[in-house]
Amino acid sequence: MSTTAVGLRENRAPGFWQSTNGKKVVMAVTGAVMFAFIIGHLAGNLQVFEGPAKLNAYGNLLHSLGELLWPVRIILLLCIGLHITATVQLALRNKAARPVEYAAKKSINSTYASRTMYWSGPIILAFVIFHLLHLTAGYIHPGAAYIEGDVYHNVVSGFQVWWVSVWYIFAVSLLGLHLRHGFWSMFQSIGLNHPRHTPMLKKLALVLALLITLGYISIPLSVLAGFVK
Amino acid sequence: MKLRLKIWRQKNRNDKGSFVSYSMDDVNPEMSMLECLDVLNETLIERGEEPVTFEHDCREGICGSCGFMINGIPHGPQRATTVCQLTMRHFKDGEELVIEPWRAGAFPMIKDLMVDRRALDRIIESGGYISVSTGNAPDGNDILIGKDTSDRAMDAAACIGCGACVAACPNASAALFTGAKITHLGVLPQGKIEAERRALGMVGQMNTEDFGSCTNIGECTAACPKEIPLEVIARMNQDYWRASAKRRDDSVKPVTPVTRWNAK
Repeated sequence: MSTTAVGLRENRAPGFWQSTNGKKVVMAVTGAVMFAFIIGHLAGNLQVFEGPAKLNAYGNLLHSLGELLWPVRIILLLCIGLHITATVQLALRNKAARPVEYAAKKSINSTYASRTMYWSGPIILAFVIFHLLHLTAGYIHPGAAYIEGDVYHNVVSGFQVWWVSVWYIFAVSLLGLHLRHGFWSMFQSIGLNHPRHTPMLKKLALVLALLITLGYISIPLSVLAGFVK
Repeated sequence: MKLRLKIWRQKNRNDKGSFVSYSMDDVNPEMSMLECLDVLNETLIERGEEPVTFEHDCREGICGSCGFMINGIPHGPQRATTVCQLTMRHFKDGEELVIEPWRAGAFPMIKDLMVDRRALDRIIESGGYISVSTGNAPDGNDILIGKDTSDRAMDAAACIGCGACVAACPNASAALFTGAKITHLGVLPQGKIEAERRALGMVGQMNTEDFGSCTNIGECTAACPKEIPLEVIARMNQDYWRASAKRRDDSVKPVTPVTRWNAK
């Protein structure tokens, strides 16, 4: 049989967003924005260890930004939306790309974190929704009354409920797992990979993911242990 | 040595297909995997049964014709080895080997262990070349190329297009293959001129075929018999977004795959 292209129909080339590569670039950029938020949020939250006055002042500062706060929130929501849209579209495509599954298939090189991105992501999303209702809006705040403006009180009384703390620790651990693959993966998706730098980047991803997880977890743990009252 | 081969048998694309177990009592440990299948086929022919269909050509690991899954790993458990170079001494006596074809929507079944990999050819046709005027051969050393650059190009050019990367990828993505082709031409001065057009063309065709997307997990590079590094995928991504940003026309036209999984 000849390899002549008989009956081939020409198409328009898929645009940037239609291509899998373009979607991954969008995921990398939106991931980077959310990563920056996670670092900033952690730096702000760790002020809980400096006492009520400091943390409440920080909370009030954010709210006093007013016209700046909402644009930042909208950018973050847009990033979340794009990140998820791209993931869902790619996941559907990836599933369709293997119509018949293997009877036996082994993973020989990938990390646990990279294989569980589809699981860690949605759980983190569910957590973020809960977290906003818990400490930003105050709709769900078991244990004690939510006091608008008294950030320190809301955090401490919130985490004194054991299952809230457990859920928080679980979700943040998954966030660490997500970042462990996501942090270096975003460099790969936008095309930055170097045989000398990428191994360091992967180690950095592990260190950053651990530091971020431990940083966030230290807050509910300190509340449960009674260090922060 | 004794082996039990559990091989995927499927008459054609419309057949349902199933595993059939064959016991082999006298496998020479020095045989290659393909020679082992040759021996099995001889006995099947003697018994009047249909031999197992598999692709092969050079049998020295450089043509890219052979390849199937052995116990869930493309080309079997030995790293940087094609099935034609995989000797049976790497398996334990009495072991059962599950042998099945590459499974991907972009690789429709032909028969048994043979799948249609023309999707990879169409990606090459859409830009995997350099346009040079024919005429006298240029002087040697006319264009100086650094050793590190030529090494990078050569490492990527080692790709034999066997499709193991697609088979190993949980998303059946052809990113490693396309990246290798884009890199081996794109890092050299002769290929740099068309690098952007090439990226648009090849990535466009790759996305028109039924391949999945890359999730940067690295299964492909471990399964690759030529150990093509993940770096080539990054190169492709970068060439592609740069080219997309600069694109002035829509001259790149991917073609509709004629060999699809569901096509009748």
